[in-house]
Amino acid sequence: MLAKEQLTQHAANIRANIIRGTHYAASGHPGGSLSIADIMTVLYFEEMNVDPKNPKMEDRDRFVLSKGHTAPALYATLAEKGFFSSDEIFNLRKLGHILQGHPDMKKIPGVDMSSGSLGQGLSIANGMALYAKANNKSYRVYTVIGDGEIQEGQIWEAAMSAAHYKLDNLVAIVDNNNLQIDGEIGTVMSPYPIDEKFQAFGFHVINIDGHNFEEIEHALAEAKTVKGKPTAIIAKTVKGKGVSFMENLAKWHGTAPNREQAEQAIMELTGGSL
Amino acid sequence: MEKLSTRAGYGKALVELAEKYHYYVLDADLAEATKTIDFSKKYPERFFDMGIAESDMMGTAAGLASCGATVFASTFAIFAAGRAYEQVRNAICYNNLNVKVAGTHGGILIGEDGGSHQAIEDVSLMRTIPNMKVLVPSDAVEAKYAVEAAINEPGPVYLRFGRYDVPVFNTNEDYSFTFGKANVLKKGSDVTVIAMGDMVYEALVASEELEKEGISVGVVNMHTVKPIDKDAIKIALESSGHIITAEDHNVFGGLYSAVAEVVAEFGGKISDRIAVEDRFGQSGNRPDLQKEYGLTAENIIAKIRNLMK
Repeated sequence: MLAKEQLTQHAANIRANIIRGTHYAASGHPGGSLSIADIMTVLYFEEMNVDPKNPKMEDRDRFVLSKGHTAPALYATLAEKGFFSSDEIFNLRKLGHILQGHPDMKKIPGVDMSSGSLGQGLSIANGMALYAKANNKSYRVYTVIGDGEIQEGQIWEAAMSAAHYKLDNLVAIVDNNNLQIDGEIGTVMSPYPIDEKFQAFGFHVINIDGHNFEEIEHALAEAKTVKGKPTAIIAKTVKGKGVSFMENLAKWHGTAPNREQAEQAIMELTGGSL
Repeated sequence: MEKLSTRAGYGKALVELAEKYHYYVLDADLAEATKTIDFSKKYPERFFDMGIAESDMMGTAAGLASCGATVFASTFAIFAAGRAYEQVRNAICYNNLNVKVAGTHGGILIGEDGGSHQAIEDVSLMRTIPNMKVLVPSDAVEAKYAVEAAINEPGPVYLRFGRYDVPVFNTNEDYSFTFGKANVLKKGSDVTVIAMGDMVYEALVASEELEKEGISVGVVNMHTVKPIDKDAIKIALESSGHIITAEDHNVFGGLYSAVAEVVAEFGGKISDRIAVEDRFGQSGNRPDLQKEYGLTAENIIAKIRNLMK
């Protein structure tokens, strides 16, 4: 386990690079990227067995960013971990560079699965977990899903499959930031109660504060003790977390910060410069 | 002549090739119909029934394949290519993963289930996705070769199989199957019929009948619709007065379109076509549907006689 200060620093660096990436791309999705930064930090710096020098390591833990539009969070995390230079962040979404608008496993070291079309990540994570089971491999599979994303029916097909095949090597983390493009998820198309739904589908469910490192750590540790069923962690989060003027506003779902905004955001996050 | 469906050929191939190659087979509650059932009984540890959830099945197949597996994902063509189109595109083809999408019950000639289940767009839909290859075997023998070719071809492959028992005619000792290379079954100077699937046999019947009238009709079995065999089309254009296409598929996007794309490059023309003329199917037995939609040797004969006038 890392000291809380180290985790805090990694998360701040990741958030700053989310801001840099979306600013220089002049597009992208900062809000939902910022909301998962703490979860990504714990996953990549404490939980997952991955090797930046050997991204395709055979028995590595797998990660699927089902809410693929928050690619800046994944890219910033992979860069922070050392999978590629953080300079790549400046070329996010630019022609001829590796960092595509949505995760692309063919181009980007450390990306285990392309994503972006919502609702598909849990099915794919199931396939990875099923492969581990069928081949007696001990690796675990993690997927981060949006709370709006679970409006997609395929998520529930996949939830059924994960429980049916007893995928206790799978952890689905729902980023419950409560906002989607058109507004509050409860207003647009309520998926609540999220925990009870996953429970009814046969998951072991843990509710946490998705910005509390200890709660994230404990939930992931608890998931490892669960046998015979998959785990869903419902992480209560804040969209735009860490940037004062972005928090809890749906408009920062898919809007990039301009120069002034980006500078202010990074000042708040790390005290650094754009 | 023995009769067997190409889906039965698929099912047999999965069992027969299971020791030679390692693959997983997924199905969506249709194992009896897609004929994966024998494999599921013999190799239960390599078979996963995903229930009536085709989109989830394609995603799961992609996940398995991303870990290094070869995966067959089986369901009816309408669901494989239609319902789960976007999963096939984004989860499988976009990542160039080793998933073989097996669509059984392709075409109008699946019969009684009717228009909702008769996929007449599947070849078109699958053909248009980058990285995807498309195989349409013409009988049960060829189905097995197609399955093996798909296993040996890296990346995604769509295989289209039919429902009904049809003549097994690829039984000559010199039969061979090469991925991407059409089988020229007969050469003909007047007309060459370029056909896929069930229509290959109909074209052979038509050719034999017309031979009696002194009309020389070649038959090209275009079992690989993508990547299509351009050389075979070029040779047909050069060596025959006319070429026509024959398929149990909508006229848009299927074999006619695929051949036309090549013909346009070479500067020739397709003189006529046998295809579903942009209308949905309906219930009926196979012979009745064949007549209703013109998917018969008789219709091929009529069209060729017309060309020879």
